[in-house]
Amino acid sequence: MIEVRELTKRFGATVAVDRLSFSLDQGEILGFLGPNGAGKTTTMRILTGFFPPSSGQALINGHDVVEEPKAARRAVGYMPENVPLYSEMRVEEYLYFVGGAKGLDRGLSRKEAGRVMEAVGISKRAHQLIKQLSKGYRQRVGLAQALLGDPPVLILDEPTIGFDPGQIVEIRSLIKGFAGTKTVILSSHILPEVAATCSQVVIITQGRLVAEGPIELLRAGRQGGASLKVLLQGPQEALTRLLQEVPGVDGVACTGTSPHLEGACYFTLETEAHGQVAARVAQAVVAAGHGLMELSPVSASLEEVFMQLTTEEHASGEEAA
Amino acid sequence: MRAFLAIYRREMAAYFHSPVAYVVLVAFLLLTGYFFYAGVSFYTLASLQVMQNPMMMELNLQDHLLGGLISNVSVILLFAAPLLTMRLLAEERKSGTLELLLSYPLSDLSVVMGKFFAAWSVLTLMVAATWVQIFLLAFMTPLPWLSLAVSYGGLLLMAGAFVAFGLWTSSLTENQIVAAFAGFLPLIILWAVGWAAPLVKPALGELLKGLSLGTHFQGFPKGLVDTADLVYFVLFIGLFLFLSIRTLEAKRWKA
Repeated sequence: MIEVRELTKRFGATVAVDRLSFSLDQGEILGFLGPNGAGKTTTMRILTGFFPPSSGQALINGHDVVEEPKAARRAVGYMPENVPLYSEMRVEEYLYFVGGAKGLDRGLSRKEAGRVMEAVGISKRAHQLIKQLSKGYRQRVGLAQALLGDPPVLILDEPTIGFDPGQIVEIRSLIKGFAGTKTVILSSHILPEVAATCSQVVIITQGRLVAEGPIELLRAGRQGGASLKVLLQGPQEALTRLLQEVPGVDGVACTGTSPHLEGACYFTLETEAHGQVAARVAQAVVAAGHGLMELSPVSASLEEVFMQLTTEEHASGEEAA
Repeated sequence: MRAFLAIYRREMAAYFHSPVAYVVLVAFLLLTGYFFYAGVSFYTLASLQVMQNPMMMELNLQDHLLGGLISNVSVILLFAAPLLTMRLLAEERKSGTLELLLSYPLSDLSVVMGKFFAAWSVLTLMVAATWVQIFLLAFMTPLPWLSLAVSYGGLLLMAGAFVAFGLWTSSLTENQIVAAFAGFLPLIILWAVGWAAPLVKPALGELLKGLSLGTHFQGFPKGLVDTADLVYFVLFIGLFLFLSIRTLEAKRWKA
């Protein structure tokens, strides 16, 4: 559906995107992550045909964005960062214009405008001037124009900036609803958002790809073994000894006492893998007559993965320089 | 074609939803109205004198009133056009809407043509508004309708040339003021460069006259058409529309 091969974009001496390659199948939602200035917007602008790459190739639905720009752009709905709109127009009038600019006839434009206004919840604002809308509503108009014409691919640059928490949930569920039918690339630096909406993640830093894959795989792969967090009641030293003897546990650390439970301690266990180890730990603790209050697997958060990846890459880049 | 129409309609709406079109139109009508009043007063006075002394001069409406009025209109258009065209592409570049516009499946040609025809339509409307004066005059005296039509055709061609040039300067920058001044100065020079012809070597003089907007317009206020002038204006418009498209394209590659 979307294929990016060895994409490079230079602005004078600076390399904004450096031999970036990734691909995305139909119906998948890709979270495009990276620190500010990593080249996310540049990549999106290339995909939407605003400027061509310095080298490399980008295909949308099999159409090269440089060779067949019209066919490629017909398949894309784009919502740029900051959502530039014609502020002197009314919402409905603006969407009719977008329909015409996308090559729809008058009747279809009107139908589509009605449909997308309904989808993003701005039907009541149809006759308002865009400049009078709040940031959240402008954002919705931006999303509406991207959806207009029902393109199979959506490219959304920071789509939830400017929304309040309630609206964010709404827009996220709207985007999640596209899973399976539309191919979506969504850039963001709000990581929980990506975790909540996306099936795939691409992380770039300084224009280069540092990680790509399904979110779960990315988390697991970056962990270097798993860990468990347990809250136990009993003598601390005896518990430590007991836990160390459980097969599959590589390390035990007492991380503090519980503020709510008298005589209870948190332990973090470094383990080989989840599942069996957790069961064995529970068994051992209960068999020894101690209290097991809490047991939960700890997986690296996307933040940790992100920080690890982007800073690692940064450091190695610095070394190379 | 649909994209062209969508852009044309949006540009027209942008002119008439904002005060721009009205301000320019009112200023234009005030100026041309004043020139019309002054011209007619002078012509009335002159015809009184000629009645008393028929040998003084040969007076006719086209040469001594209408031609002058039309030349005045053409000069005012020269100043009005860049004010109308400066926003066409510069504003979209500055506000970022160009990025979104160019992500739609439309050609640069339809963008440029839509904007060109919108600004040209506004100028056409301004020119058409001066027909109020013509009709007033028609109550008082029979008018040379055919030569008037030729003069107005020339005005529209010239307006098209101004718009095409202004659109091009608007494509070069994201600053509207720069776009306007870059529109005025070369147009004024191109307008007047023919005047220098008698002062330089004949070959150079011919070249200057050949390039000059003013020289090629000269015939129209008299009601005269020369195919060379027609070709000049058509080529002028075509050249700067072509350059606008190329600039739009080049800015992508350089971006």
